[in-house]
Amino acid sequence: MSSLKKYDKEFLTGLLYDMLMIRRFEEKAGQMYGLKKIGGFCHLYNGQEGVALGTIRALDLKRDYVLTSYRDHGHALACGMDPNAVMAELYGKITGCSRGKGGSMHMFDAENHMLGGNGIVGAQIPIATGVAFKSAYEYKLGKTKDMGVTLCYFGDGAIHQGAFHESLNLAAIWKIPVIYIVENNQFGMGTAVKRVSAVEDFAVKAEGYGIEGRTVDGMNVLTVLEAMKEMVEESRKTGKAFLVDLKTYRYKGHSMSDPAKYRTKEELENYKQQDPIVQLKTDMIGAKFLTEDEFKKMDDEIKKRVAKSVEFAEESPEPPLHTMYEDIYAE
Amino acid sequence: MALITFREALNQAMDEEMARDENVFLLGEEVAEYNGAYKVSKGLLDKYGPHRVIDTPIAELGFTGLAVGAASVGLRPIVEWMTFNFGLLPLDQIINNAAKLRHMSGGQLSVPMVIRGPNGPAEFLSSQHSQSFASYFAHVPGLKVVAVSTPYDGKGLLKSAIRDNNPVVFLEAEMMYGMQGEVPEEEYLLPLDKADVKREGSDVTLITFGKPVHMVLEAAAKLEALGVQAEVIDLISLRPIDEETLYKSVRKTNRAVVVDEAWPIASVGSHVAYLISKNCFDDLDAQVEFVSSEDVPMPYNHTLELAVQPTVEKIVNAAKKVLYLD
Repeated sequence: MSSLKKYDKEFLTGLLYDMLMIRRFEEKAGQMYGLKKIGGFCHLYNGQEGVALGTIRALDLKRDYVLTSYRDHGHALACGMDPNAVMAELYGKITGCSRGKGGSMHMFDAENHMLGGNGIVGAQIPIATGVAFKSAYEYKLGKTKDMGVTLCYFGDGAIHQGAFHESLNLAAIWKIPVIYIVENNQFGMGTAVKRVSAVEDFAVKAEGYGIEGRTVDGMNVLTVLEAMKEMVEESRKTGKAFLVDLKTYRYKGHSMSDPAKYRTKEELENYKQQDPIVQLKTDMIGAKFLTEDEFKKMDDEIKKRVAKSVEFAEESPEPPLHTMYEDIYAE
Repeated sequence: MALITFREALNQAMDEEMARDENVFLLGEEVAEYNGAYKVSKGLLDKYGPHRVIDTPIAELGFTGLAVGAASVGLRPIVEWMTFNFGLLPLDQIINNAAKLRHMSGGQLSVPMVIRGPNGPAEFLSSQHSQSFASYFAHVPGLKVVAVSTPYDGKGLLKSAIRDNNPVVFLEAEMMYGMQGEVPEEEYLLPLDKADVKREGSDVTLITFGKPVHMVLEAAAKLEALGVQAEVIDLISLRPIDEETLYKSVRKTNRAVVVDEAWPIASVGSHVAYLISKNCFDDLDAQVEFVSSEDVPMPYNHTLELAVQPTVEKIVNAAKKVLYLD
């Protein structure tokens, strides 16, 4: 476990706030889904907050980019997206970040360099490699002194797609500054990793592509942050790609329609003991950076903020019918 | 005007656009050191270097998807597929990402890229290497689809495609790369969304696109010998279809034959035949005829493969049918 001493209180409080925001947002999203306010596929991020925050806080989002899969609410919020725009998108309202055309799986915020939200398993891997390619391209043409780094997230289920294989090879041969992050929650929908993968330690796969692989505990946000900072800095200077196996766990089913009967209660409870929010909170209280009262106050504030996003989404108008013909072609 | 080949015209288009805009780059199998499988990219590596003319591994899904991502943040990739038969592997990246990123992001992103290469039947290649996939792309909102038939059109349209802010699928043909035609010395651009009347006539409208344009022009010459003046329309744009030019011609001739080298079911040709039947119903003096390839995979045997495809004779016969001359 990493020491809290090198961080200031304000930074750690921000980290805790942002993780708790994702947790409470997702709980509310699940609740609103149950009330049929949100439809379609809805993949919640509960339990994986340490991954999104620990990785994205290692970036400079003025020049670095984030692309992920359909389990994207957490990354969206971690990139600084307005909870109102995310909740309104879940509601399919015109005020949503994608004007009600994307929904849960397609959160985009071009300004904050959050480039989606991809619904096809593994299909964001070549796209993210291409986004990072732009940084390498400009660097090679002498336009920049170093490179923007792209983080590309996918689940353990996406590892077996051809897109993964083809992209990692391209990243290595063209020195593309991309960090591939396996959010290894150990289930591809209802299928346990070991049933579909010849190799369970994904970091070793990196070697076959001539890049470096690392395994990181995704349940501790500071461990993630420290590991990522190192890789981001190296990638920025050299265009070196990494494959990171971030061990994490999702508390909910694959999507809202999944009761997750393929795993035991004990397994889930065991992971909840390592909860990324509880870990940071406990460590902060231990280091006298936080009191229970302050935490309670923070939690109340976040719950209010989330409630406000629901209010915003409820009150927002439906997209007018003519908007179906918009956002298809650029001028 | 200079007389140049189709491959030279496409090469000039890429060369001029790469000189004009540093964000334009070319990637694909054998495009750099080998100078292109069909020599369309000849000389570009020497001129622009390996960072802008890039040989790829044989990984169409990977490098096409990479181009989509690069385009979404402002580069302007030209992806060469050695053949559109290999374009089925990256189809997910074209349909689900290139065509949808703008939509799914509520208009935040755009994907300015060109996907180009030979499409359609060639010769002696059997069934995996001799097929037209025009309709696969024309079906998808979010894409622009262009098919070219002459060096002049090829150059002017490819330049426009490279400057367009959307994904443009640019269909060429193996059998045309050596074909010659006149191309102006000075710079010109052609619109991506307009059909072109390749031959004027008053008796029947023959509509096609891509390589079969030449066969249809031959058929028109044969018909002239029979005293029939055929108008030949090259669709060029398969998405969107320039309906105005089509209907204007059919309302003049009152008869239409559509020719498409693809299979008949759910093809660009069958859709055009439907559009004319529906929108020019009162103007038609005969039902629309449709000449496509036979509904079979392409055989290797030359006699069989020629018989599978549209021929001048089949087109002339279809024209005779709508003119009640048979």
